[in-house]
Amino acid sequence: MKLHEYQSKKIFADYGVPIPKGNVTSNPTEARKIAEELGGRVVVKSQVLVGGRGKAGGIKLANSPEEAEAMAEQILGLTIKGLPVRKVLIDEAADIQTEIYLGITNDRAARMPVFMASAAGGVDIEEVAAKTPEKIIKVHIDPLLGLQDFQVLNLAVGIEISRDLWPQFYQVAHGLWKAYKEYDATLAEINPLIVTGSGQLMAVDGKMLIDENALFRHQNLETERDLDLEAESETEAKEFGLTYIKLDGEIGCMVNGAGLAMATMDIIKHFGGEPANFLDIGGGANEEKVAAALRIILKDPNVKAVLINIFGGITRGDLVAKGILSALQEVQPEIPMIVRLVGTNAAEGRRLLSAAKMITAQTLAEAAQKAVNASKGEF
Amino acid sequence: MSILVDKNTRVVVQGITGREGLFHSQQMLEYGTQVVAGTRPGKGGEWVLDGKVPVFDSVQIAVEATEANTSVIFVPAKFAADAIFEAGDAGVDLIVCLTEGIPVQDMMRVRRYLDYKGVRLVGPNCPGLLTPGETKVGIIPGNIAIEGNIGVVSRSGTLTYEVLYALKENGMGASTCVGIGGDPVNGTNFIDVLSLFEDDPETDSVVLIGEIGGSDEEKAADYISKSMTKPVYGFIAGKTAPPGKRMGHAGAIVEGGEGTAAEKIKALEAAGVAVAYHPEEIAEMIKH
Repeated sequence: MKLHEYQSKKIFADYGVPIPKGNVTSNPTEARKIAEELGGRVVVKSQVLVGGRGKAGGIKLANSPEEAEAMAEQILGLTIKGLPVRKVLIDEAADIQTEIYLGITNDRAARMPVFMASAAGGVDIEEVAAKTPEKIIKVHIDPLLGLQDFQVLNLAVGIEISRDLWPQFYQVAHGLWKAYKEYDATLAEINPLIVTGSGQLMAVDGKMLIDENALFRHQNLETERDLDLEAESETEAKEFGLTYIKLDGEIGCMVNGAGLAMATMDIIKHFGGEPANFLDIGGGANEEKVAAALRIILKDPNVKAVLINIFGGITRGDLVAKGILSALQEVQPEIPMIVRLVGTNAAEGRRLLSAAKMITAQTLAEAAQKAVNASKGEF
Repeated sequence: MSILVDKNTRVVVQGITGREGLFHSQQMLEYGTQVVAGTRPGKGGEWVLDGKVPVFDSVQIAVEATEANTSVIFVPAKFAADAIFEAGDAGVDLIVCLTEGIPVQDMMRVRRYLDYKGVRLVGPNCPGLLTPGETKVGIIPGNIAIEGNIGVVSRSGTLTYEVLYALKENGMGASTCVGIGGDPVNGTNFIDVLSLFEDDPETDSVVLIGEIGGSDEEKAADYISKSMTKPVYGFIAGKTAPPGKRMGHAGAIVEGGEGTAAEKIKALEAAGVAVAYHPEEIAEMIKH
């Protein structure tokens, strides 16, 4: 789950990282009031979950509260990379002397968090990593020990931050680590961390990604989720415990298990078709889940045929068949449905379905070929 | 012969009183697995499955009482990390965790701890292990595989069943099938299992089933080209997966041009692995 800049910075501030004074709003008049309270000179920043906000005109400097109001109004009318701007953050304008990058993420290969710092902050860090990797200092953190002071020292020395800033740097680095750890982040990033004219460190932009699997520990965050990022159908699928990802093809897929779902998409492509979606009904799927899955697939107007591939282990073939039949009564699709059931109670499931005049298949290859043919109107 | 689990494996089921735990313990018993104990805090002293399996409050007590040497975990994601720590501390040789959806920071701590202790974990988010004709530790349906000389290692669940079933339909069987799981941080990786199969005299060839995300298949390819003498057959799922989307498994995501199916297939083929277009084709490839 992605957090907005204002949400991330608020969390960082809770752990002792200095951030600019500011507030978030979705109302231009309110934006003016916030700017007045902050003394007039402010930055108006769109809160959308994509990169490149600045280049898209989503970040502007205002010299007066009136300007702040006008800019807020303009920015709130923008759509940046397909996402509507619903909120703006009004921050006091900072006096930037130097820009530093700080970020913590999971190093999957090392199976440990890695703390990265660079004196080349403020720009796209992926570009720095690609062109001048030596400018990024990396420190791996033992997940059982946590961030140690000597590691922060190595980062500070590595990016050649002046010694009088070390005490502040310790505070910021440990604050970022605590935010990362306490919130189960997969990324916690400050870019840039600035040095102000008066020699203060301050996080003027922030970003956090939270591990979806850990949201049970952070239920307060669930209410702050930005639903603009997800297709409506994906949100609906989640309610039923299904994983659905919409694609552009014409063959709807319903499969149990993520790996098999991907393999089913691949084999459709192999035989000359295009999958319309990824859909994993999960283990132990029941009638209700199957019916919901079929409804979601059939909502996609591009779907010309549906391929259902179920390998019963925990999932029972007869229950899957009943779910399909009950969904069919509800939606009554006019497109061909190809079903392959193998494993637990599959024979009973096949019997129920063939009575309903569905196309059945024995092997995965046969099922995929039939689905591809059916989607092209050939039977 | 087999790897990791055989007829002498003595299993303790953590979370045996839950719906899944109970159902699959029954399935394991029916297959012939020695399920010697179960645990559930607060239910120690009870018996389940028609009085066949004693329940203990903790893994430590269960191990002391029954000499269980392998733990299989059916505990919900919220409590799974603690369950793995508990098994590691109790001194079993092998921990198999089936739980899906464990937070990745929990898994990083778990893995670090088990590395210090020197205990092997298979999973999480995996179907477990099956040595046909001897034992199954996990949820792989027993009737879809027969005894044989093909080692199977996979990041997936039902896709693995698909391959085992296709082998069986073609009269071929498995020495052992190991599901290593689809999470980004897991216990046992491809290389660990490949080296065990390489050393197992009853395994003649190996099937490796991978999927998009991470770089474990590439590392496996490197290992195969340097250290394996036995033929390896492969399949990679996710050729059509769009980048940046999590395809069900937490680990199955193509990140910034890394971990694509094309890269993995290329690496495996360069290492001499015959890579199938679809899972059923593997059986045909081995036949010829």
